[in-house]
Amino acid sequence: MLKRSKLSAILDHAILILGALFMLVPLLMVLQITTMPDVEVIKHGPSFQIGDQFDDNLKKAMLEASGFSGENTGVNMLKNSFVLGIGFAVGKIVIGMMAAYAIVYFRLKFATLAFWVIFTTLLLPLEVRILPSYEIVQRLGMLNTYQGLIVPLIASATATFFFRQFFRSVPEELIEAARIDGAGPIKFFVDILVPLSQTMIAAMFIIMFVYGWNQYLWPTMITTEEGMFTLVRGIKQITQVMEGNRIPEYGRANVLAIIAIIPPVFVVIFFQSWFVKGLTESDK
Amino acid sequence: MKRAGFTTHWLPILLLMPQLSIIIVFFYWPAAEAVQSSFYLEDPFGFGSTFVGLENYTDLAGNAEYRRIAWFTVIFTALVTFFSLALALLLAVKADKVIRGARSYRTLIMWVYAVAPPVAGFVGVMLFNQSWGPLTRAFQSLGHDFVLGVNYSDTAFAMVLVSVWKQVPVNFIFFLSGLQSIPKSVREAALIDNRSASGRFWDVTFPLLAPTGFFLLIINITYALFDTFGVIDTLVKGEPGNNPMTLVYKVYVDGFRGNDLGGSSAQSVILMVLVLALTVFQFRLVERRIHYT
Repeated sequence: MLKRSKLSAILDHAILILGALFMLVPLLMVLQITTMPDVEVIKHGPSFQIGDQFDDNLKKAMLEASGFSGENTGVNMLKNSFVLGIGFAVGKIVIGMMAAYAIVYFRLKFATLAFWVIFTTLLLPLEVRILPSYEIVQRLGMLNTYQGLIVPLIASATATFFFRQFFRSVPEELIEAARIDGAGPIKFFVDILVPLSQTMIAAMFIIMFVYGWNQYLWPTMITTEEGMFTLVRGIKQITQVMEGNRIPEYGRANVLAIIAIIPPVFVVIFFQSWFVKGLTESDK
Repeated sequence: MKRAGFTTHWLPILLLMPQLSIIIVFFYWPAAEAVQSSFYLEDPFGFGSTFVGLENYTDLAGNAEYRRIAWFTVIFTALVTFFSLALALLLAVKADKVIRGARSYRTLIMWVYAVAPPVAGFVGVMLFNQSWGPLTRAFQSLGHDFVLGVNYSDTAFAMVLVSVWKQVPVNFIFFLSGLQSIPKSVREAALIDNRSASGRFWDVTFPLLAPTGFFLLIINITYALFDTFGVIDTLVKGEPGNNPMTLVYKVYVDGFRGNDLGGSSAQSVILMVLVLALTVFQFRLVERRIHYT
């Protein structure tokens, strides 16, 4: 009996290790390629050898531009990615918290209407209205700007919904006590509700940062100037340039891919418990 | 709304203003525009447009290529949803069971959540590189010449594989947290009643996970329909040609590259209806039928 349970434990671990390898091996291959000279990759493909070309590849990836304008260097794309990720997360949280506060804590005549107007946006992803959205941004003269990149992405109610759920779970006594003490709506929000929501804000920030950083279709349409490319937006062009060259620049392209992966993965791994909590609670 | 809510009138309006104005400009306006232009035929030279009623829709219904893409989307969605759910469930059940290393396994499996779909597609392009890709070589040793971006079914295979790889972590996280929320008392009772592990899984754990499963089903369908755009676009390297594509990719190709605004809008509206139907289905199924707790 003991033997059987031991056997099944070994089997469990074997399955988990295979699963982990399934997720991990592709990334290890990309990492290995970043250390190799391009000629070596072309000749032998990925291997188990760790080369010494990482510094060179990194320098090329970060400082040399791959496009025509000379503006889409790795450094520049990295900057744009951070602007998009952080701008999107902050915008979404600030706007969502304000709206959720208004809906939950005020006696509004049209609260139900506002609620439905806002929450209908949860039903339709940006992808299904992508062309008219593009035209509107164009008409507003916001192509190739950070506003044009970020603001239309904020037009959905995920964060608002999340904070509404959370505010509703805050005990009623809190606002009663605050009112007895003479706190006005702004004071209550800033001094009580916001500090109370810290963990929620952190969880939302992680999820939204990753979501914003990883945006692809919208940036592809909105940014045509290479100076505005994000890393994720630039990846297709990187692939094309890489394969179009006489000697494909595998090292450099893979470095850029790794740089596009690291910040969101770092955030997700190091703030794992917040992230998991936020993810599993926001979608329920 | 809270019972003891504030009664100030101007403040809530001020608080709602940013959200509402963004939503109206960037959500309702474009959505309405999509519906409207789906009934019009845009002049290719930009000299206005003509009202054509439902012609854009009937054109689509009669279009063999569109039907083929719709079929591909259905099959693609089914495969991605099935494999990513099944794989994630297996891993989550094991990760919930093991005593040692549970946390490390969780981290090792879930990190891919943060990888962007087009970057996942890029990794696929590497794996299936024509001359040295490890997977191309693996297929070669099996006697099949794998050609990504040229051979229809090869490209479709790569799309499904990469999309599943990218989606397993989300499902894994949800299944694991679903499993961990099953009360200890229930597990112990099941342990006494049912000796066989697989019997316990199908009779107790699986039904208890059903709400999570149905929720994930919708999430995965939406993912396969919309979020795989980046995977597809990198795998075909921006050259759709004869490659398989999904309905969302087709909207983009027709509207953005082909300048067929009316047809593309009609496709958008079809997708909107599809998503709305899914959401209604989700609410009906999840809210009414499956109630265990």
